[in-house]
Amino acid sequence: MWQALYEELGDEGFVPITVALDDSAESARPYVEKAAPTHPSLIDSEHVVAHRYGMINVPTMVWIDEEGKIVRPNSPEYGTDMFIQFNGGRESGPFLDAVRAWVKTGEVRTDEMVPSHMPPPTAYEELARAEWSLAWFLHQRGARDAAARHFDRAGELSPDDWTIRRGSMPIRGQNPMGPEFFELAKDWESRGKLGYAEMAARRSSDGCPRR
Amino acid sequence: MSESSFTMIENGQVHEIGATIDASLTRLETAPVLEALGWTQKPEGLCQGDVCIPIAQKPDLITEQGIDLVALGEVLGRPVALDAPESVVSIGAETAAHGAELAGGFAPDFVLPDLTGKEHSLSSFKGKKVLLIAYASW
Repeated sequence: MWQALYEELGDEGFVPITVALDDSAESARPYVEKAAPTHPSLIDSEHVVAHRYGMINVPTMVWIDEEGKIVRPNSPEYGTDMFIQFNGGRESGPFLDAVRAWVKTGEVRTDEMVPSHMPPPTAYEELARAEWSLAWFLHQRGARDAAARHFDRAGELSPDDWTIRRGSMPIRGQNPMGPEFFELAKDWESRGKLGYAEMAARRSSDGCPRR
Repeated sequence: MSESSFTMIENGQVHEIGATIDASLTRLETAPVLEALGWTQKPEGLCQGDVCIPIAQKPDLITEQGIDLVALGEVLGRPVALDAPESVVSIGAETAAHGAELAGGFAPDFVLPDLTGKEHSLSSFKGKKVLLIAYASW
């Protein structure tokens, strides 16, 4: 889909950049080769982008304007309706039309799923990311048990972050559609199904909690 | 007390630094730690350019045995994750600076490889409208 959108809008100064939060280029390769993109299609095994942009699940999309400003923060969006039964009914059509309108007129359309700003990270979330980096390093070194300790610790510190909790499942040899996934989904639901809009509503851009 | 070596990972860089382990407290050699993190020790405290953080109230931060990384993380406002059995420590980003960056509204830059290993930076697309799409196979 993103390749088609690039072909449609690329001449108007638009470029999609896809980033795979996968443990290796090999995990992402089937998806990338099927899409055959001519736009940048990148691999982020260390979750650098997830950290720097405060991403807590995939897919998520951010709009960045010509000056490098974020004009539409993280929101869960889809290029097709393949997952519509599982994504709360979020349709791809209005999003793709919103992207077209943005490229052609500069209009930034939002809805209730799009937060007003990028919420600042909490100290717990930042520590969770340091634990993730430690776990990823230990895993690559072959220290699997030690890595598991720190993947667990990262998940405890930032329990609503699926990039940590679900993203570590394939690395640890767990099935991301298996029992651990259903346990995670239940846990996330029990704490109120935190998403980007709720995070932003709870934290103003200066980091102060809101009532 | 025993002498060993620790791996310190920070902002994608890996440093091997001598360590002293005394009971449960790990201290790393002060000079290489501060150099890796971009700080220098002066009479005023820990300094980065003209900015100094006083450490006179923290006599245990730096001793002859080295620097206490957990205490240093508190002083610098950076998270520290440590695995003593594996002798690896990870130092995260400065929490307040990361929040300020996001509050400023500018998209954090990044450099990542594609499938062929070729690197691409976000900043090289300045002047274009970028749709940043994060996804995963999981």
